[in-house]
Amino acid sequence: MKLDQVLEVLEAQICTDAPLNDIEILAACGSDLMSDALAFGENKGLLLTGLNNPQCIRTAEMMDIHCVVLVRGKEPDDALVTLANEKEIVVMRTDFSMYTSCGRLYEAGLSGGDIS
Amino acid sequence: MSQVLTQKYVVGADDFAAAGAASAAVKKTLKQLNFPVDFIRRASIAMYEGEINMVIHGGGGVASVEIYEDCVKIILTDKGPGIPDIEQAMQEGYSTATDSIRELGFGAGMGLPNIKKQSDDFEITSEVDKGTTLIITINSNS
Repeated sequence: MKLDQVLEVLEAQICTDAPLNDIEILAACGSDLMSDALAFGENKGLLLTGLNNPQCIRTAEMMDIHCVVLVRGKEPDDALVTLANEKEIVVMRTDFSMYTSCGRLYEAGLSGGDIS
Repeated sequence: MSQVLTQKYVVGADDFAAAGAASAAVKKTLKQLNFPVDFIRRASIAMYEGEINMVIHGGGGVASVEIYEDCVKIILTDKGPGIPDIEQAMQEGYSTATDSIRELGFGAGMGLPNIKKQSDDFEITSEVDKGTTLIITINSNS
């Protein structure tokens, strides 16, 4: 799934400067706890989280994740946006809950991938 | 196994804003040295988990990273409170993290098991009131 489709499915807004281009997402994981997310083994993944501090970007960076979606209407703090722009990681925000966000993406064809 | 380079980082106590900076720097170096993508991701995740532990549990410490042609050895040493029962600490879901740490996104009790999972060799030694040392080895051809 392309990032512009993720944006549409989640009725999301982009919070960062990195262009969506043709970035292809192969799988997604959702968690507010970053160690749970770090157990997610899929490359080219998407992280959905309610954690709106820079550690969600650090986690994405370590995992080669190109996009972080903040759920439940969370607003990213300035440090998060600055780090995401530096690392060229796309951050989106959606008003949908974690459950609904994951459900909408799954229904649209994005799988959960493997746990390493 | 000839050594390519060694890096050393001081990890600050409770410096949550900077947590992960050392791991990010090591990841950048491994990329510049053209190691395989999967190897870099495993090394980055293992070191990041360890670095976070040093910040939130270990009172900070030192990360020494030895990069060889075919592997990386990450040595994380803190002078924190130590771990009384390592076997228990290695169980998935076991955590002594406080609610305030969980609010920051950590404390799932997955850190040490994740590190072991990403490693080809993992050693942990700890002494109560003296500190903890992790030695993480990841091979590029595994």
